[in-house]
Parts: sequence; C-alpha cells; structure tokens
Amino acid sequence: MSNRRMVGVIKVSLYVVIVAILLWAYFAGAFQFIVDNPGDLLYLTKQHIKLVSISSILAILVAVSLGVFITRPKFKKFEGVVMNFANVGQTVPSLAILALVMSYLGLGWQTAVFALWFNSLLPILRNTLAGINNVDSSIIDAGRGMGMKEGQILWKLELPNAMYAIMGGIRTAVVINVGSAALAFLIGGGGLGDLIFTGISLYDTGIMLAGTVPVIILAISIDFLLGGFEKLVISKGLKRDLDMA
Amino acid sequence: MIQFKDVSKVYKTGDKEVTAVNHINLHVDEGETCVFLGPSGCGKTTLLRMVNRLISITDGTIEVNGKDIKDMDTIKLRRSIGYVIQQNGLFPNMTIEDNICVVPKMLGWDQSKIKTRYNELMEMMGLNPDEFRKRFPFELSGGQQQRIGVARALAGDPPVMLMDEPFGALDPVIREHLQNEFKRIQKELKKTILFVSHDVDEALRLGDKIAIFDSGNLMQHDTPDQILSNPKNDKVVEFIGQDRMLKRLTLLKVEDLVSHIVGFQTRQVREISNNTPEVSNQDTLKTALSLLLASPVGEGKVVDEFQNVLGVIKVSDFDQLTNVHPDQLLAAR
Repeated sequence: MSNRRMVGVIKVSLYVVIVAILLWAYFAGAFQFIVDNPGDLLYLTKQHIKLVSISSILAILVAVSLGVFITRPKFKKFEGVVMNFANVGQTVPSLAILALVMSYLGLGWQTAVFALWFNSLLPILRNTLAGINNVDSSIIDAGRGMGMKEGQILWKLELPNAMYAIMGGIRTAVVINVGSAALAFLIGGGGLGDLIFTGISLYDTGIMLAGTVPVIILAISIDFLLGGFEKLVISKGLKRDLDMA
Repeated sequence: MIQFKDVSKVYKTGDKEVTAVNHINLHVDEGETCVFLGPSGCGKTTLLRMVNRLISITDGTIEVNGKDIKDMDTIKLRRSIGYVIQQNGLFPNMTIEDNICVVPKMLGWDQSKIKTRYNELMEMMGLNPDEFRKRFPFELSGGQQQRIGVARALAGDPPVMLMDEPFGALDPVIREHLQNEFKRIQKELKKTILFVSHDVDEALRLGDKIAIFDSGNLMQHDTPDQILSNPKNDKVVEFIGQDRMLKRLTLLKVEDLVSHIVGFQTRQVREISNNTPEVSNQDTLKTALSLLLASPVGEGKVVDEFQNVLGVIKVSDFDQLTNVHPDQLLAAR
C-alpha cells in the first residue's frame, strides 16, 4: 500500500513540475510564438514523431529479437559478449554517435534515425533479457514436461511472462528517444530541436520553450499511449506484479 | 507397464564423473502407484525425469507400455504422460481453464470435448468449474493451485503420470487432505503412477509399492508392509526410522485386527464412563493404539460409521500383531 502511495506522491509532484514549466513557458512568451507560427510547429512536430517512431520501431524489432535469440539454450554463451558490447555502446554519448555516424551516412534524417535507433537498443535488449531470464524455471519445466515444443514455450510461456519487463524497456527507450531526437537538428535531421537550438542561439527563451514544451507533451502522451498498450498485451494473471510497480 | 532396464545416468563435470542413477532395474505394473523414496540427492527425481526424457539416459532402456522411449517422438511421448511438479508450475499468464486445457488443445481435441473435459476435471478435484474458469493462478491458495496442477496433468487422460513431490510444498493439514483426495481419485482412475517423495508417511499412505533409493542405487522395491517388516539393509532401516513398527500400524485398520480377536463381540465394557474412548473401525491401528493408551482402563469401544457399538478392543490385543504378518490379517478383509 505504501508503495502505491509513493507512486501517487511522485506522480503529483511530477505534474506540479510540468505545470510550473508550462507557466514559465507562458510568461516567457512561448505560446505567443506558437500562436504566431502554427504551421512551423506542426511541421516540426510531424518530423519529430517520424524520427522517433521509425527509430523506435526498428529498435524494438531488433532488440527484442536479439534478446530472444541469445536466450535460446544454443546461443546462451553469447549473452555475456552481447551485453558487454551493448553496455560499451551505451557509454558513447548520443552526440558522439551522431558525429560518428555522420561521417559515414552524411547529414540528414537517415543519420539521425540510425543514431536514435542505436541509442534505444540497450534498454530494450537488457529488459528483454532480464524478463526472459527471470521467468520462473518451474513454468518452463512444466511446459516442456507436458510436451510443448520450443516455439510454444517461447510464444505461450516466455514472452507473455516476460512482457512486463519488455514493455518497461520499450517505454523507457521511447521516452528517452523523444528527448534525444531534439539533437537531430544538429545534423540536419529536423524535428523540434530546430526551435530549441534556434532559441538558444538567439537567447530567446520563448522560441526555445516553443520547442521544449511540445517535446514534453509528446513524451508524456507517448508514455500514456504505451501504458494503455501495456494493459492490453500483459495478461491479467500478472496483474499482481503491475499493482506493485 | 513401465520397465526400467539397467538404467544409469552419469554426469560428467570436467574430469569427474558423478553417477546419479546406478543400474536401476524396476518394473511398475499397470494401475500401480510406485513411490520413489529417498533422501534428496539419491537420484529419484533424475530417474523420474528420465521417463519423459527431460533428462537423457546414459545407459540402459526405459520401456513404457512395451515400447522403448528412445524410439518414440519426444513431444508425443511427453503429451502422453501426465507431469506434476512440486512448485505446481501453473502458467501465471493463463486462466485456470487455459492452464488445464493446454494438453487437450495441443492434442487437437475439438472445443466441446475440451470444455466437457474441463468441467469433468474440476468436479473431480472438488472445485466449481464456473467459479474458477476465468480466474488466474495467483488468486488461488496453495492447495487449490496444486489441485489444478494435478487436474492439468490428467487433462489429456494419459495412462501414465509422473509426480515429483506434488504435495511437498503444502502445509501438513492440506497435504493430508490432498493425499486422501489423491487416493480416492486413483482408486477410480487406476493410472500408472510414479510418485517421488522424501516423506516416509506419504509413501506408506499412497504407494502400492515403494522403491527406496540411496545415492543412485535401488535399495529395496517392495510393498509398504514388506519394507516395514523386512527392511533389506541398514540404509533402509535408517531411512524409514526406528519407529517402523508403529508406522506399520498405519497400514492396517481397526477392523482388520478385531476380526481376529476371539470373543471380541461378547466382551463387556468394564466401566461405563466418559473415559472409555470410542474407536471407529475405519481408524488406523496407530490412531486406535494412541486412543487406548490414553484411556485409564486400556480399552475402548469399537463403533461403525453409524455409531453402533461393535465390541471392545484392548491394548493387549495388539500382541496378536507381533508374530503375524499383516498380509494374513489383510487376507480376511
């Protein structure tokens, strides 16, 4: 119960911070800029969403399948190698990835998508591994003993029971991705970073916040949508775990 | 029905070889419950898991229904054998109905047949089919979960069941209750069951035959009574305990003894007082002896299920058991 209260307190304080930022944005004249340039904002937001969705979907596909792949008994020995590689990859700052990738793929949004994709891999991969490895071994043993095939064990037992952890990884990665996508502007990838960096160079808090506020709203609404999706794909039988989180 | 021929399992770790199961020869008849009994690490679970090939056989053969399991398709073999484990292994992401219907679905039964089977199994387990249909394992108590585990193993109507300490994780009251249920169901279904246990009382209660193992070797394979009255070696004595003669009393009922007492029906109760205990003729002799020892006069009334007094039993009547083989008493039943 106290756990649930904690969650409540954190949620409320988060909302307070968001409202404070919105008020600040209002007084700095961000909304004036938005009202004056609705077309720009819409265009940049669309670009931002495109960057995030393409890179996230690719990252989910690759990271989840890689996670499934290296938890198969045959490839279990590669788990350490893959995890170390991914951990090292994660220590490279997103900005540095952009710079590195830029020298091969040139400027433009494909470079930005690649960098964002790379950056999202680890949280999803790590959670997929943890989720699948933490599925109670007695469940797998029972399934195998009852004559389930390896594919059935994966689809009916391992993935559904690991889904909570996997979805957690996806949510974390996508929300971080929304923020990181602002950097795409630096290599000509577009997105809401355009307004943020323009605002910074012009010392105009209004323009900067006109980019920042939509990013925040985008991140929150995507997280909310994913939360709803989570309720659909995670079995009610695991609900007890959900309540505790 | 199940034949172990010279079965061995050797684990190799580096240069070391560990023999988990050492040249076991064992035969289990159809419809018989054989309990594998022994301390942990004696190889009983390994041997059990070799039957549905969860563990490979190093040497020897296991035959189920006259067919070598090595020649059978692993998946088909496992689907034809019920499997129950201690941690119940219910799938937390599935409803109770889905859990129970896993094997019938894999066997490709049609919907209506699966549905009837579910209702049938739940009623057999003494659970309301509709109440539990849409519930999830975490909403059930340990005892209920284990019942679902047994029902799930029975779902495909397999002739053979493997049970790995199914009641081991339950509290003593629930455990005894489920053991009695198990006996009732087994009487009706007559499955061939291999049952792993480390609990001597459980083995005596449930097994038609008991196989005692110690560090991978089969010590003795016999009826519960033979094991108690003629333990083959010191290891067996050590495992079944020094109170084996008392344990033996749990195998017999009061009615088995009183039919051999001369003048049982004509005896009079010495003092009609509240202190004269009542013993049901369906009680085990152990329970009866315990009641008699607590009575100041050392005797008790024997009653049937309708509370009719059948006669009087005395502590001294237990002398009859000293040199008599219990099979002789049972023959009268």
